[in-house]
Order: sequence, then structure tokens, then C-alpha cells
Amino acid sequence: MELVVLVKQVPDLAEELEIDASGTDLAREWMSFVASEWDEYALEEALQLRDEAGGRVTCLALDTGSVDELLATCLARGADRAVKVGAFERGPDSHTAARAFAAALRTLPHDLVLTGVQAIDDLDGQVGPLVATELGLPHVSVVTHIKLAGSAATVHQEYAGGLVAEFEVDLPAVLGVQTSREAPRYAPVSRVRQIMKTAEMEQVDVAVAAGSGLTIEAMSVPETGRAAEMIAGSPGAVADRIAAILRERGIVKA
Amino acid sequence: MSNDIFVLVEHRDGAVAESAYELLGRARELAAATSGAAVALVAGAAASLLASQLGAASRVIAVEDASLAEFTPAAWQAALAPLIAERQPLLLLVPNSGSGMDVAAGLSAATGLPLAAYAVDVAIAGGSPTVTCQLYAGKINVRVRFDGGRGIATVVAGAFPAAAGQAAGSPAVERVAPAAADARIRFRRLIRPEAGGVDITKESILVSIGRGIGEADNVELAERLAAALGGAVSSSRPVADAGWLPRTRQVGKSGLRVKPKLYLALGISGAPEHLEGMRDAELIVAVNTDAHAPIFGVAHYGAVADILEVMPALTQRLGG
Ligand SMILES: Cc1cc2nc3c(=O)[nH]c(=O)nc-3n(C[C@H](O)[C@H](O)[C@H](O)COP(=O)(O)OP(=O)(O)OC[C@H]3O[C@@H](n4cnc5c(N)ncnc54)[C@H](O)[C@@H]3O)c2cc1C
Repeated sequence: MELVVLVKQVPDLAEELEIDASGTDLAREWMSFVASEWDEYALEEALQLRDEAGGRVTCLALDTGSVDELLATCLARGADRAVKVGAFERGPDSHTAARAFAAALRTLPHDLVLTGVQAIDDLDGQVGPLVATELGLPHVSVVTHIKLAGSAATVHQEYAGGLVAEFEVDLPAVLGVQTSREAPRYAPVSRVRQIMKTAEMEQVDVAVAAGSGLTIEAMSVPETGRAAEMIAGSPGAVADRIAAILRERGIVKA
Repeated sequence: MSNDIFVLVEHRDGAVAESAYELLGRARELAAATSGAAVALVAGAAASLLASQLGAASRVIAVEDASLAEFTPAAWQAALAPLIAERQPLLLLVPNSGSGMDVAAGLSAATGLPLAAYAVDVAIAGGSPTVTCQLYAGKINVRVRFDGGRGIATVVAGAFPAAAGQAAGSPAVERVAPAAADARIRFRRLIRPEAGGVDITKESILVSIGRGIGEADNVELAERLAAALGGAVSSSRPVADAGWLPRTRQVGKSGLRVKPKLYLALGISGAPEHLEGMRDAELIVAVNTDAHAPIFGVAHYGAVADILEVMPALTQRLGG
């Protein structure tokens, strides 16, 4: 079973995002990046599936010049192979990314391609269905509970209200993973560092048209609408005030 | 090519989904600005029967075939991509739901129409659509235009009022057969959620915890607070994913929509997928260590504080 996982980095939301002087982009100079959360679930699922069914897990990341740590972390978690795709100044839009991943996948064996169901920055849509359509493969998003059964997989797709559909999907296929059966395994930093020093990452060159067909007119920090009245002070003072508000409103007895 | 605004209608068990009304209401306003029509696009085995629920549409295109009895991403894409490519609406609005996000991105790649995802607003300016998208878990809004003037947008639940899309009447139906079939994905069954002991949609007070709760042992702090308040504990998705609370307690896009008298959001960042499940609560009080957490954008009261300290203090104040 050839399992391929598409991974990327996204801005770390633990740090404040700022808009640059142009008003159409984030101020990227000091931005720090982390692995996209849903891609981590996709990798964990791939590792679990390989451990059950055998085969190989290959991780692909677009080469932005700073993905060595991301891919080394994939290897440290147990991926068998890591491949850098193309050459990009920075992470491109989803349509460009999908064309690049699709071009790379045409040269790499793949029975099942897994990626995160979404990323916090995919303005022009989710990479999974875009890659699948480029390659003419079936795709399912918002997937959990992947099971392999011969030349097909069964998966769950989640809907509102806790409803779930079970599908059988012919392989090869592309899945957008919502969550993994277990929390993503931990990779010790020392091991990641060691792999970054020693492991040779493979490289696949691709030539693809760039562009999503969208033009960004403006970026803004959302208006808070009914801006919350903020309660200041110690945890005790916060508790006092919340208790008082609930009593005033008759939500708890005075 | 047309100036029409298409809405992809979701439905289940013979009933049109709330999202369709939210999108149709907006589509009508947009169509008035483009001198086009608001067109409901429905796929299914008996899609045309849903027309009587789609009075807000100027007309209905029903893509009908036995093979469309149950949704699959492959069958929908095969049936809809040629139709969209041929009709070239000015805009196709798709709900950003579990199935909608799948279909919209597939249609974008298949038709070459650009896609704007996570839309919270759509307008017409100079005859073509502009779309405001919510990115970075709700921390940044991005306004975009489609380069060719036409495109697809996936719209976040609750972005537009459903009432504007609910009108009586049964618009004219155009029945079409799917242009192509794709059976590489087969529907097996629908799994309905097991009824939990607590129905959070019926509780008037919810103490809702997110990843900020830190570990399973801390859930007890929320249980005690809920007991003191006479309410129940609900959660964001990661808490249910971790198994710290049953899935039936999850609020949001893939969980339940709640509208309690009080929603205490504790250690919840306020991602769009969470907000769509609770933003209509009568009173929202949020406690979070991050002053920039989007949850404060929908809260009535907020405090930048550690929930592990605030929960026991509040429980004590309430005599718990
Ligand atoms: C298709 C799809 C469907 C989804 N459906 C849902 C859904 O139904 N419901 C849902 O909730 N999510 C859903 N999500 C996930 C959603 O995108 C977010 O990942 C999720 O809501 C984040 O949960 P959170 O706020 O608990 O965690 P985080 O975003 O990690 O936020 C944790 C917060 O806790 C704060 N914090 C940390 N420690 C403390 C402390 N000691 N005291 C106070 N604050 C603290 C942090 O500042 C942070 O703001 C869905 C995603 C997808 C793709």
C-alpha cells in the first residue's frame, strides 16, 4: 500500500497576525509557522494504516526553502520517505499547490493520498479535492474512520448534527482527513534535529501554472460586532463579576 | 453565460436544509443587482419534488437520476461540473458544509472557475461578485474578486438570515439528466448519532470547554461549575475528539447547534466551525488567555484569564 501524505505549514495562531502596509497581505517578516493541524491528523492516519496493512508512507511538501523541519518531523514520526516538491518563494494558493502536488504524484506511486481536510489559510479552497480532480481521482473530505479493504477503502464523512455517511471508495483516491483515530504521535525534538542533519530529502521538480483566479482586494481584522465588555482583574475578581452578571440577569438566584 | 446566481441546495430526508434558505435569500438580493435570476440547483433521485420548498428561487434546475439517490462527492461532481461549465452562472453559492466543501473545490478544479472559500459576505460591485472570506480560524477577513468576473463561493453557515430565503410558491422546474456518472464512491449507510444522556440543545445553561481545559482530569472543574449553575457541560470539537466528553456534547459545525440562555465559553478560541453552533446564544461569556481570541468577537462579556483558576472561583461564588 503506497500511502502519500500532503503536508504544509501555516502561520502560528499563538502569535498575533498583522496586516502589512499594502493592506492585501499578512506582515510575513516575523511570522512563525507550524505544521497545519489537519495535516498532522492525515499523517497519523497514514502511519496507522501502514502499520495495519503494510506498505510505505511518503510525505510531500512544496519546497518553500523552509520545509526541512516539517518533513524531518514526518520522518521522525515514522514516515518512510520525504519529498520536496518544486521551488516556491512562499506557500502558494491552493490551486497552484494542487497542480504542483498533482504533477509530483504523476511520478510517484500512490494508492491513497491523504491530506488535512482544510487549512486555516486556504482562501481558494481545500487542496484535497483540487489535487484529486487534477489527477482524475475520486475524493472525500471531512473523513474519519478510514479502513482499507482490498482495492477500496471505507470512510466516514461527517455532517452537521453528528450525522455520518459511510462510503466505499475505489483506490487510488484522495481523502481530506478531519481527525485521526489517535492523537498524532510525538516526535522527540532531538530525533528531528538528528534527521535534519543526516537525512537526504528527495526533490521532485515540477513546472506548473501559478494562480488561483482570485485577486485580493483587502484584508482586515474582523469587526467584533457586539464587542464584548471585558472584565479586568484577578481570577477571583473575574469570578465575582461573572457571578454578579448572572444574578442581575436572573440566570442564577440572587 | 448569464447573470444568474446559482445556489446548490442541500437536502436530506425530503427536506431542504437551512443552508439553502440562507443562500437563496442572499442570492435573490444579488440577482436583483445583476438583473439575473436566483436559481436553485438541486441534485437527487426526486430532486424536482423539492421545488415546493424553494419558493424564493426564480426557477429550479433539478438534476435527477436514480444514481443520485444518496450524496457522493464523485456522483455530484460528475453530474454538476458539465452543467456549471455550460450555464456559466455569474456566481455559484455552495454551503461550506461537509459535503459542500468537497463539491465546491472539485467543481472549481473541473470547470476552471475560481473558488472563494469560507465566505461570510458576498456583494455585487461593478456588475461582478466580491466575496469576503474568513481565514486563520476567524482572525482575518479577506475580500476577493474573481479574475474573470465569475466564480464559486462556499458560504459559512449563519452568514445570511434564513428568513430572507423562505417564501411560498413553487417555481418552474427544469429537469435535466446528469451529463455523466461516476460510481467510484458508493454510499453504504447513514449513521445517526446515538442519543446521549444529556441533550445539550435543550439545556438553558451550558458550561462549554475547549482545548484550554488542558487535560481530562480538569473536566471535573467544569462539571462542578455546571452543577452549581444548574446546567450541563458541552465542548468544542478537540475535547470530544480526545474522548474527554461524548460526541453528543459537541457544539458546532459537525456537532449540534445550541441556543441556551447562557453559554460560558471556557478555553475555546472561537473558530468559525464552533461559532456556527453557538453564536445565537442569549448571553455569551468567554474566558480565554488570548486577548485576540475570536470568541470575544461574539461574546457579550469576556475576560482574559486562566479558566483553571476562574472555574473553581466561580463555582465557589455560586455556592457550589
Ligand atoms: C469540517 C470541520 C468541522 C468542524 N466541526 C467543529 C465543531 O462541530 N465544533 C468545534 O468546536 N470545532 C469544529 N471544528 C474544528 C475547528 O476548526 C477548531 O479546530 C476547534 O473549534 C478548536 O477548538 P478549541 O477552541 O477548543 O481549540 P483551540 O483553537 O486550540 O483553542 C484553545 C483556546 O484555549 C485558550 N486557552 C488555553 N489554555 C487556557 C487556559 N488555561 N485558560 C483559558 N484559555 C486557555 C487558548 O488561548 C485558545 O484560544 C471543525 C473543523 C472542520 C474542518
